[in-house]
Amino acid sequence: MDKENKKTARGDVGSLQAQAGCATCPIHHAANLKKLGVDMENWDYVVALAGNPNTGKSTVFNALTGLRQHTGNWPGKTVTRAEGGFEFGGSRYKLVDLPGTYSLLATSLDEEIARDFILFGQPDVTIVVVDASRLERNLNLVLQVLEITNRLVICLNLMDEAERHNMNVDPRRLARDLGVPVVPTVARYNEGLEDLLAAVNEVATGRTKAKPYQVNYNHPKLERAVSQLVDQIKDAFPQVPNARWVALRLLDGDERIIRAVEEGELGELTNTRDDLEGIGASHVSQKSGFAQ
Amino acid sequence: MKENYEKILQSARELRWDIGGDFHEKIMEALYTDASRIADRAVTYPDEKPRFDLDRTIDRLVTSRIWGFPLMILMLTLVFWLTISGANAPSRLLYSLLIDTVHPLLKTAAASIGLPWWLDGVLIDGAYLATAWVVSVMLPPMAIFFPLFTLLEDFGYLPRVAFNLDHIFRKAGAHGKQALSMTMGFGCNAAGVISTRIIDSPRERLIAIITNNFSLCNGRWPTQILIASIFIGSMMPAYLGGVISAITVVGIALLGVLLTFLVSWALSRTILKGEVSTFNLELPPYRPPRILQTLYTSMIDRTLIVLWRAVVFALPAGVAIWLSSNVLVGGVSIAEHLINFLNPFGLLLGLNGVILVAYIVAIPANEIVIPTILMLTVLMSGVTGAGDGAGVIFELESGLETLDILTAGGWTLLTGVNLMLFSLIHNPCSTTIYTIYKETGSLKWTAIATFLPVVMGIVVTFFTAQIWRLVAGW
Repeated sequence: MDKENKKTARGDVGSLQAQAGCATCPIHHAANLKKLGVDMENWDYVVALAGNPNTGKSTVFNALTGLRQHTGNWPGKTVTRAEGGFEFGGSRYKLVDLPGTYSLLATSLDEEIARDFILFGQPDVTIVVVDASRLERNLNLVLQVLEITNRLVICLNLMDEAERHNMNVDPRRLARDLGVPVVPTVARYNEGLEDLLAAVNEVATGRTKAKPYQVNYNHPKLERAVSQLVDQIKDAFPQVPNARWVALRLLDGDERIIRAVEEGELGELTNTRDDLEGIGASHVSQKSGFAQ
Repeated sequence: MKENYEKILQSARELRWDIGGDFHEKIMEALYTDASRIADRAVTYPDEKPRFDLDRTIDRLVTSRIWGFPLMILMLTLVFWLTISGANAPSRLLYSLLIDTVHPLLKTAAASIGLPWWLDGVLIDGAYLATAWVVSVMLPPMAIFFPLFTLLEDFGYLPRVAFNLDHIFRKAGAHGKQALSMTMGFGCNAAGVISTRIIDSPRERLIAIITNNFSLCNGRWPTQILIASIFIGSMMPAYLGGVISAITVVGIALLGVLLTFLVSWALSRTILKGEVSTFNLELPPYRPPRILQTLYTSMIDRTLIVLWRAVVFALPAGVAIWLSSNVLVGGVSIAEHLINFLNPFGLLLGLNGVILVAYIVAIPANEIVIPTILMLTVLMSGVTGAGDGAGVIFELESGLETLDILTAGGWTLLTGVNLMLFSLIHNPCSTTIYTIYKETGSLKWTAIATFLPVVMGIVVTFFTAQIWRLVAGW
């Protein structure tokens, strides 16, 4: 990895703060991250960890919380949600490790768990862990998450493996194209996690505002239908943060979202960040009938 | 408000007709196109020269049509051989510490404070000994098996196993990912059942849940290993004993895999008919495992948790066994009544009443089958001078001594073989049953998953016994 890649790449998203000096100093690291394990009382922010299977979500989770969720080198290892806590920059975070999925179309239970949490749980920040050596396939999921939320940080993990495969992945370029912060990491060896946290902190506190990339469907009829629906949705649910995505799902006949509209559940979603505690979490565990 | 919601859905339905049927594909296509464009811009290949690709070379070997299966079996045999031969010494050490040393100490202490005999029996001969046995027999093999297995897992071998097995599962009408949940079941069936969540289709998931029990779980390895070494290993010259025992155990495990295929096949053609769904199985890159971390997490997360569960179940079971063999009804202990009642049926299956009672006692945890059998056998056959006498769970140090006791109890090679078969094919333990219920939410499927294997086990042992007796004249 060259030196430039190691720094947080934000492209033209937000301002690049003068942190390069501090971030490499070990004292800074020790002082900033406090692993809280399962102690998740009184969190300030909820952070979700999403990503394709086998990209190292659980490794990131363990590194940040100090917990020891078993990590395995095979896709589909995490099928339930795991939760843990950490403290960074004076704020307490609750971290939720979601099952790895290739898409958010909710065709299977794990996809549904992941999507329901990102949508209804309304995490303050969603970290999408991305396998740098398999970028194209991983970006499919990123683009889908971007349609649901713009409070996103990309953790460009497994940079060492990309390098081993003789690839050079440019996080700045990626950040510019996607319009969200992209942080290169090697989670197995704790590289880049401090930068990741800094980026998460910026998004959580609203200091970084994303300009999310929007997928171009190149389909005039579709765009017309979407904008018509978006207007109606915004009428009925003025607070909903992702009307365009909801419209697309309705057009696609997504049963789960149809139900959410029917029962007015969508109205629980909101743009403002107050009084959110617990809504999503209890919702998800009810929904899928999981005991921890 | 309500009408508003309905109106949205209404216009969505209308608009859907408008935009045409290929809309879903168009969306996916657009996603892929954009993803690929963005990825292309971000990735460059500074050095275009092709390098020797180790991953691909290994993959070509372990997933090859010719070498895939032999390598898999070889790897399994190696893991079990290491487990069997490596666990012996520490097992003996723990045994002599917990049972030869601590147990008499406890007895003396109990006597000196004047504990009534029955309390002393329940606590020390029942609860303590059952627990001590489980720890000394289970801890060493688990402490070797789990890290080895976890290393294979971290290295990335398991998806290759799934890849190899995929087409067989497909032929059986099941989901290829069942190979993964089956592999998980080799550690613990409850964990295996939970891991079937990776299978999308409910039909295929049910097949995977019902057949997971045919993966020999951790609670059953010790039974297989012990019986294989005393009945089969001991017939061989000493230097071959260990290897032959390991091969026998692998054979039983493979029989379990075969049954998984057969039962999946039968289910998908009878009560769980349907199409096979396709899926993409990603072969992850090989990653050098972080050995120390793996050792640590597999010790803490797997070994100790499984051991704890065994201990939790062994404690009350020890109490129950002690009580049932010491509480007399009409001059005969409850255990003896039960054994006599089940004996005719047991003999028909090439087993005996003791083994059946042991399997009932061991519903909470398969781990305690062997100690229960030994204890009850001594009780029934009146072998004296072995262990500590009636009602005390014990383990004999040398396999040959165990063989003597079992032979005195009327055991033959057939009994040993059928015990191994029945241990493979019988109902799941109560934790697994409960997990199946939680996962399926259905009493019907839980009942099927529970009783199907028992019935199969009875059929298999019955026919084995009849054919054996016909051929061998026993």
